[in-house]
Amino acid sequence: MSLLEIENVHTYYGQIHTLKGVSLTVDQGEIVTLIGANGAGKSTLLKTTSGLLRPREGSIRLEGKDLTHDPPHEIAAKGLVQVPEGRRVFGRLTVTENLEMGAFAISDQKLIKENLDRVFQLFPRLKERHKQVAGTLSGGEQQMLATGRALMANPRILLMDEPSMGLAPILVDGIFEIIRKLHTDGTTILLVEQNARMALQVAGRGYVLQSGVVVLSDSAQNLRQNEMVRNAYLGET
Amino acid sequence: MKQAIKIGLIGGVVEILLALIGMIEAFSQRYIIIDIISMGHTLIFLVALLMTSLSAKRTPHGNPLRAMINALTSGLIIGGFLAVLVVMGSLVNLRKVFINASPLLYQWLTFNQGIKAGIPLLLTGGALCGFLAGLLFLSSKLFRRVLIISLGSVVGAGVLQDLLRPTFALWGPLSVMNEWLFSANGLTLYGAIGLFVLIAALSYVWAKKGNVIRANLNGLSPSNQRVLRITTFLTLIMILLVLPQILGLFLSEVLTIVGLYVLLGLGLNIVVGFAGLLDLGYVAFFAIGAYSIAVLTSPELGFFNLSFWGALPFAIFIGVLSGFLLGIPVLKMRGDYLAIATLGFGEIIRILVLSDVLRPWLGGAQGIGKIPKAHIAGIEMATPQQIYYLILAGCLLVGFISWRLRDSRLGRAWMAVREDEDVAQAMGINLISTKLLAFATGAAFSALSGAIFASKLGSVYPHSFNVMISINIICLVIVGGMGSIPGVLVGAFALVGLPELLREFAEYRLLVYGAALVAMMLLRPEGLWPEPLQRRELHEGESSDAKPNH
Ligand SMILES: Nc1ncnc2c1ncn2[C@@H]1O[C@H](COP(=O)(O)OP(=O)(O)O)[C@@H](O)[C@H]1O
Ligand SMILES: [Mg+2]
Repeated sequence: MSLLEIENVHTYYGQIHTLKGVSLTVDQGEIVTLIGANGAGKSTLLKTTSGLLRPREGSIRLEGKDLTHDPPHEIAAKGLVQVPEGRRVFGRLTVTENLEMGAFAISDQKLIKENLDRVFQLFPRLKERHKQVAGTLSGGEQQMLATGRALMANPRILLMDEPSMGLAPILVDGIFEIIRKLHTDGTTILLVEQNARMALQVAGRGYVLQSGVVVLSDSAQNLRQNEMVRNAYLGET
Repeated sequence: MKQAIKIGLIGGVVEILLALIGMIEAFSQRYIIIDIISMGHTLIFLVALLMTSLSAKRTPHGNPLRAMINALTSGLIIGGFLAVLVVMGSLVNLRKVFINASPLLYQWLTFNQGIKAGIPLLLTGGALCGFLAGLLFLSSKLFRRVLIISLGSVVGAGVLQDLLRPTFALWGPLSVMNEWLFSANGLTLYGAIGLFVLIAALSYVWAKKGNVIRANLNGLSPSNQRVLRITTFLTLIMILLVLPQILGLFLSEVLTIVGLYVLLGLGLNIVVGFAGLLDLGYVAFFAIGAYSIAVLTSPELGFFNLSFWGALPFAIFIGVLSGFLLGIPVLKMRGDYLAIATLGFGEIIRILVLSDVLRPWLGGAQGIGKIPKAHIAGIEMATPQQIYYLILAGCLLVGFISWRLRDSRLGRAWMAVREDEDVAQAMGINLISTKLLAFATGAAFSALSGAIFASKLGSVYPHSFNVMISINIICLVIVGGMGSIPGVLVGAFALVGLPELLREFAEYRLLVYGAALVAMMLLRPEGLWPEPLQRRELHEGESSDAKPNH
């Protein structure tokens, strides 16, 4: 049994059939990446998984328990936590307040403190700026904060939606460094990326999504060698 | 320079507008300083001063000479506009179009000096305003603060004379001051000068020594600090308790109206300020509270004949219930859609109570009368002075609840929902219950206010519950500072109390509301007494170039 099992999920925006039967699994401790062009339906899949959108068909299970019909806050409380696309930190709250908000579902103050220390250890930069208002952080720092905020909830699995989007190349390296570090700490991650080159370097396995359909799934190593992936997503010929 | 001319033009147009709609004339009967400076003059002067300081402030690079020249230019233009108005008025009869363009207005504008002397006077006046603004801008921060505070106090004392005079009269030592400070209409000249000097000296000392005093206070031992806090608190309570005896009937009546709006404002503050749900139909819950009391108590209908206290829990419960009921259909709506839907809800309630079908139960257009007063310890709360206590108790209770809620887990959930609904859910916040609780809490406070309102008036009519009430409440929450509890108090006094005191305002109330809102958005968008969060966003952002990345 995988940690996260997405099975034959169909999601619609009104009449528009956006996800056409997507299946995907993530095992405990794994980084799995989902790559695909703009508009392929990657964010739609993550939103469906975290309950913000409802699939018309198919099922989603976490540790074997069905959560297809659970409301988003319950899904989050069960340990499936999303780092949304575009970061979406609480711009008017300070760094620390943002992080505390991430631990909303936890009532044990000691545990919250522990998590805060852990996040600050992972992101010393956030510790330096813990009193700063999040809206005034740089893009890279906001991505750290959004990730840290998600970690505050002690997630069983982290869904990251294009963490490298809109960041300068040097910051992108930093973000992937952090993803690697989370991986060594044992965090399970489903990583959605357009930056296929970097994503396939940190991930163990990968899926390729095209127009709402998974067209390829393999180990990251094999995907890097794959003719189609190289042409379409790695820009090699 | 271009900027200065532009600001001058805007200022001139504003002044002319104020003159032509009759506001200046309306206020010219009331004096700040007797027979010397009327409120009308003050209004002109304040607008000119505001615009010219804006002009000085907007000077690029903060070049002092340029700032002074800009302020002078704007001032001259404003004076020029008024001069042109006077000349035009003397040549053509503007009264055909602008009924307020009376000869009396021109007399006021020219300080009774006639046109020939009046025009240079106006120009000089404008330039003087510009000069003053420039001087203020260039002077040290301390001087500026002292001057603004003391000038403000003199104007404030003049505006609030009706409030201050009876208050002073009550206490021997102060009543002596009354004689000296106030005339029948406005401050005496000596009084004004004296007050100015006194406040200037006080604020100077405070600015110089304030830090030391504050440091001393902070340096006190914790137990002493505690004593100090408790004393301050008790003094405050004492003052609040004796206030109606001091203020008399009319002012107590004003206070009760302000108090009812404070209750409403605190409720809406939860919905709009804490949870970020723009509710334009908030008056509905006020109406529901009032009508619940009416139906449950009035012998005119004779259904239940409960006492006020017997009916109050039901009224609040019905309010909460209707808060939930409104909340459910609009759960999925955000922003403007929510505003429109709630606006409709407010109207539905008003039309329901007005309807003929429901007349046997709700009284229709005639409303419901004979609503009994509340009793406390066997005493009937009938006069405004007595009802004041009922409202005070309500405000204290609701203020306390608001304050506790803000720092609670629910308060944090509201904040998260206000900032970003999706992310809030991803953090494990139950969107549905969080929003419904905001609507229900706000509705409870509003229903309480409505209940007291009904018992105060003794009757309820549909037309007491029109959309203007909702707008008033929204305005006072915005002007006070969204999400700020003391802000509601400040907003209620500024937007409800002040217009009651200055009855000349009544006609211009909406205009003043509009102007106040626009001015607030431009000058102090965080409100008069902002919540720390708002202030943070608007002012820390200035020190850094990074914009919120949404
Ligand atoms: N709220 C929405 N309403 C309608 N269509 C949407 C909405 N959000 C996304 N879409 C459409 O669904 C498709 C997939 O979008 P998305 O999941 O955001 O793609 P990706 O994240 O892979 O770039 C796109 O064609 C997009 O236009
Ligand atoms: Mg996307």
